[in-house]
Amino acid sequence: MTRSIVLFVGVIAAVLMSYTGLSLLPGLQLFDIEPTPGSSDYTFEEAQGRAVYIRDGCIYCHSQQIRPENFGADIARGWAPRPTKAGDYLYDDPHLLGTSRTGPDLSDIASRQPSWDWHMAHFYNPRAVSPGSVMPAYPFYFDVVEPGAVLASQRIVPLPAEYVPPDGKVVVAKEEVEHLYAYLMALRVEPLNAE
Amino acid sequence: MVYSSLIIIVMVLLIGMAISVFILMWSDKRGQYRNVKAGAYVIFDEDEPVGQPQDQTFAKVPPPGGDGGGVPRRSAFGPSTYPEPPPGWRSDVDRSVKWPVLAYVGSAVFWLLVGSIFALLASFKFNFPDWLVEDAWLTFGRLRPAHLQTVIFGWLSMVGIGVGTWLWCRLLKTPLRNGGLMLVGCVLWNVGMVIGTIGLLAGFARSIEWVEFPVVAYLIIVAGFLLNNVALFRTLAHRRVQHLYVSIWYIGASLLWTPILLVTFLLPVYSGVPHATANWWFAHNILGLWLTPAALAAAYYFIPKVTGRPVYSYHLSIIGFWTLALFYNWAGAHHLVGGPPPQWVVTTGIVFSVMMIIPVVVVALNHHMTIVGRFRRVMASPTLRFVVFGAMSYTSVSIQGSLQSLRGWQEVTHFTHYTIAHSHLGVYAFATMIMFGALYYILPRLTGWEWRSSKLIAAHFWLVGMGIGAYVVALTVGGVIQGLAMLNPNVPFLAVVESTKLWLLIRSVSGTLMTIGHIIFAYLVFENIRKGGPQRDAPTLFPLARRQPAAASSK
Repeated sequence: MTRSIVLFVGVIAAVLMSYTGLSLLPGLQLFDIEPTPGSSDYTFEEAQGRAVYIRDGCIYCHSQQIRPENFGADIARGWAPRPTKAGDYLYDDPHLLGTSRTGPDLSDIASRQPSWDWHMAHFYNPRAVSPGSVMPAYPFYFDVVEPGAVLASQRIVPLPAEYVPPDGKVVVAKEEVEHLYAYLMALRVEPLNAE
Repeated sequence: MVYSSLIIIVMVLLIGMAISVFILMWSDKRGQYRNVKAGAYVIFDEDEPVGQPQDQTFAKVPPPGGDGGGVPRRSAFGPSTYPEPPPGWRSDVDRSVKWPVLAYVGSAVFWLLVGSIFALLASFKFNFPDWLVEDAWLTFGRLRPAHLQTVIFGWLSMVGIGVGTWLWCRLLKTPLRNGGLMLVGCVLWNVGMVIGTIGLLAGFARSIEWVEFPVVAYLIIVAGFLLNNVALFRTLAHRRVQHLYVSIWYIGASLLWTPILLVTFLLPVYSGVPHATANWWFAHNILGLWLTPAALAAAYYFIPKVTGRPVYSYHLSIIGFWTLALFYNWAGAHHLVGGPPPQWVVTTGIVFSVMMIIPVVVVALNHHMTIVGRFRRVMASPTLRFVVFGAMSYTSVSIQGSLQSLRGWQEVTHFTHYTIAHSHLGVYAFATMIMFGALYYILPRLTGWEWRSSKLIAAHFWLVGMGIGAYVVALTVGGVIQGLAMLNPNVPFLAVVESTKLWLLIRSVSGTLMTIGHIIFAYLVFENIRKGGPQRDAPTLFPLARRQPAAASSK
């Protein structure tokens, strides 16, 4: 090759073709799909919680996609009643499909584990409710205060004895983790009657 | 509305293909592919003839304007329309790129150390999940993207530009134009990296894999990138060589590709599932169209140069380049196998991933056949040892990548630590090792000072070589075990987690070895730039076994 211009026009054409094919074309194909029945836009509180999920990188260990029954054990593990489809994600910007399952999939966590107590204890220290878990603890989601200093708007997190703070203090949830919980409770995969 | 747009898009695709075919025919008719074999020889001349191995020495380079021999230089491509470089041009060219290259390399080594620290913190957090949990900015979910971004956009991108710039000017045989712009570009790049890293840790992360920094950081980096491109393409316009060596194609193409990738993906037009397909188009292309071409360009120069033997088949290098350019950028969708995107997107990704076998085998043949029979040089030369390690890793990581994109394989390994092993085999064992090797060759020529100690270079090699080896083996084995356990619904999830713990501990240990290697390397670079240690007049090579008499090596 002695003509640089030919070389460079060629390579730019190559990358623009794949951009069109892999980035724009799926967008156009899915442009006017209907939201799956049962899915709805996030409330303000849920959207705030989603921002915490994004900020603290939950995506690096938790996926939000369910593979079909004959491909992997996602459904057999009871992670969701059906595979997820494009219509489930219409309100997701950015997408949070995830590529790692160091922790379990969260597409349908609201049905699997709705307990506020469980989730709060789990965030405060995952090993309090899931022995052997490698998930980090998130003590910065909580305040440790004197029992008398708990505000009316705050809820005390019930903990197993060995995780209760010393000297009689109690653990209360900060607003951000309440939002995060609200977001998790919006993660639900409804079974489809038609299928 | 959608269908009319679909028609437009299909038209664009057809026109694009038509243009490619036309260019191919035009090039063939105009004799662009004639005399292909001669292309392999453009990196040799009287100063550095075929058959004479070059290594990390600056001592044999003639002084500027010195006696380069009065032999008329003939081009294999007929009368050249480009001026011939004057004798001693290598020194002139090296002087012109010295500060831009040193600025990029120095910054890159800094970000390598920062990225290694993030990596160690993130890795040890799996072994000690209650360690350093009080501060939000030290949580795993922020350290992990900080590691990825600093090693990709800090270390590998900046060292790629440094090495690429040196290769670019040396292969065009002309001094760098507008070097000042590159220095400004380097400053902008570092500003973008600092804003991005601090922003990410402070809670402005975006959780879009491979683009986790706040958007403003990328805008600054792209601005720096475009300044570099002005300097480099102005230099291209002043080239003093008729034939563009294959390394120039790789570097030039990646310089054009990467700003396009960044700008098109940062457009705020994606959401939901199409966002995921665009995400993996982008992320895989940063590897395939930015890091890979830069590393291959270096391998295509240093393997023939250090062995003194032209590339085995220059024909193959042309095929390898164009198949990579046409196939690699379609492969990214294999990250979504089994997921919610339309089936055809995923299938396209798998098909092109498998087609990548062609460029990979071609490049592998070329590199390995050039090396065959030169084993003692690989043992003696730090440059060659690192570059050959990288070239061999390229073959393995790419063959592995083609095979693992298949649905049956993905069913097991998708979502597991196996993927992390694969990505480190590519980004570290391939790209990073080649960059280490390239720097061992380039830096003495810029600073006029040899490396401080061959023992430290050997320590660097063995620490990072064993480290990455153990890393990849541990996470590959651990990932497959994890994947098989996850496929069995009767294994409780916490038992799956339990099965990964040993392998994650080995990962932390091997990461520590690599980090120690990086500290040694940073010390060597620092000493080289400040001209520390003894003054040498010969390259810092590894001492060979006694079997080789001293007289033979000086022959």
